[in-house]
Amino acid sequence: MARLLILGAGIAGHTAALHARRKLGEDHEVVVVSPNSRWNWIPSNIWVGVGVMTPEQVTFPLAPVYEKTGVIFRQAKAVSLHPEGGEGVARPYVMVESTEPGKAGVRERVEYDYLINATGPRLHFDATDGLGPEKNSLSVCTAGHAAQAAAGLDEAVARMQRGERQTLLIGTGHGTCTCQGAAFEYLFNVEFELRRRGVRDKARLVWISNEHELGDFGMGGMFIRRGGYITHSRVFTESLYTERGVEWITQAAVKKVDRGEIHYETLDGRQESIASDFTMLLPPFSGVGLKAFDREGSEITESVFAPSNFMYVDADYTKKPYEEWRPTDWPETYRSPRYDNIYAVGIAFAPPHPISRPMFSPSGTPIYPTPPRTGMPSGVMAREVAFNIVDKMEGREGKTRTASMAKMGAACIASAGASLMRGTAVSMTVYPIIPDFQKYPDTGRDIHYTSGEIGLAGHWIKHLLHFAFMYKAKARPLWTAIPE
Amino acid sequence: MSTVRKPFEQSYYPPVPTPMTKALRTNWVWQFLRFLVINVRMLRMVRMH
Ligand SMILES: Cc1cc2nc3c(=O)[nH]c(=O)nc-3n(C[C@H](O)[C@H](O)[C@H](O)COP(=O)(O)OP(=O)(O)OC[C@H]3O[C@@H](n4cnc5c(N)ncnc54)[C@H](O)[C@@H]3O)c2cc1C
Repeated sequence: MARLLILGAGIAGHTAALHARRKLGEDHEVVVVSPNSRWNWIPSNIWVGVGVMTPEQVTFPLAPVYEKTGVIFRQAKAVSLHPEGGEGVARPYVMVESTEPGKAGVRERVEYDYLINATGPRLHFDATDGLGPEKNSLSVCTAGHAAQAAAGLDEAVARMQRGERQTLLIGTGHGTCTCQGAAFEYLFNVEFELRRRGVRDKARLVWISNEHELGDFGMGGMFIRRGGYITHSRVFTESLYTERGVEWITQAAVKKVDRGEIHYETLDGRQESIASDFTMLLPPFSGVGLKAFDREGSEITESVFAPSNFMYVDADYTKKPYEEWRPTDWPETYRSPRYDNIYAVGIAFAPPHPISRPMFSPSGTPIYPTPPRTGMPSGVMAREVAFNIVDKMEGREGKTRTASMAKMGAACIASAGASLMRGTAVSMTVYPIIPDFQKYPDTGRDIHYTSGEIGLAGHWIKHLLHFAFMYKAKARPLWTAIPE
Repeated sequence: MSTVRKPFEQSYYPPVPTPMTKALRTNWVWQFLRFLVINVRMLRMVRMH
């Protein structure tokens, strides 16, 4: 009997767990360790944040799903990895700390033969003074944060209904944030909601981000064919902001969030501030901060995890300038270079470098997006890694499956207003996710597969995907027919 | 609100949609066709892996 231990039950970890369990024989174990008792379809948090969905509609309890599928679930958070065993234990193990009511804080060793780290991001609000829902700004990163943002929005709308003018500032809360797409969705859902509630004329909507230009999305922007032209995403994004009357501040690193006033530094070195009555700023992401120890108990965290706390995998981490970045720098198997039974998928793996060009202000402040790892690639890499591990556990000598973001396309639907009859969303496909300027010298990506358009159809798809992915994550009949 | 009639402002340069383009974005018949097209495009992405 062998045991696969998966840390994290988000999009990546849960996908890996369900696929591994369905492929593995009964004599093997799949164990999931995750601190939350509920699974969250994070993309729909945007709709919780404007009050059109509740946290209950975007989450469900994990335990019954794992019970049904035969996955062993521990409601706990991983604290440290011991890949060589230690303290009298010969097998590798992970030290976990329970988060279950009544058992909170109790530590336990969970041994493993294979380990997948799918712990996603730490929401690093502390990186910016005053940032976050416990301080002076709102967030939509978790269903709970989003519900809080919805309450804040209701208050702002009430003030507008009383005739007050309000400034709503939405975007990224640090110079190295990623996930601009999520903030973009929230911005346009708020804009749509203000129109629906009849107060749009009382609102000044302002976008602030660390992107060099609108439409970067941490992907270095993209080129698409439209109306007889090959056009950069900047043009379409600026068009949408203009059409909806949204002002924008780009090339900005938010430095401090006071109640009602946000201070930021720009790429050209200016120190600016803007007053805001409603502020939703995403935090930067880092790894969750797992430590690693060898058999003797000496700390080896630095050789397993990057300084960002994301885990090293089979990427090329050599420091090199933007011009020398290659698609082959990106990982294919997501295996730790130091331990061949440890993998990291989804947001938990350390990317070799950003996708957007790194930029620094005169004082050295980094102001550029770090690379996004969205739902679809996170799910695909988790599935492929799970299949590779299953082969090893069952003693099959198969060809190793790969899932490089440089050879993978992604589809993404960014909501711009939630209504079945009047809503819109931007539907985007990109191939490959990591641009390849050797293969596609002008655009970095295949123009035949890279597309973007806005319309009601996108909203219908986004709405259907909400139900499809909740259904799939519950492992209901034929769930495998729904792609990652 | 920014419009193309105000040159030299930040928002002067981007293209803005015509009323026809805007209407098509929420026209159910047209959007049903786009729904099919976008689904095909997305499935092509899925099949690539
Ligand atoms: C508001 C928002 C909207 C988004 N919208 C989209 C979208 O429309 N489309 C899209 O493709 N992507 C979207 N994304 C990105 C998408 O959510 C991520 O790509 C995806 O969640 C990454 O999956 P993951 O499993 O790596 O991380 P997560 O889904 O964050 O999962 C991490 C898991 O690890 C657990 N964990 C944390 N710490 C520990 C620990 N110490 N031990 C064990 N477990 C731990 C967490 O509880 C969680 O279960 C959005 C993101 C946000 C924030």
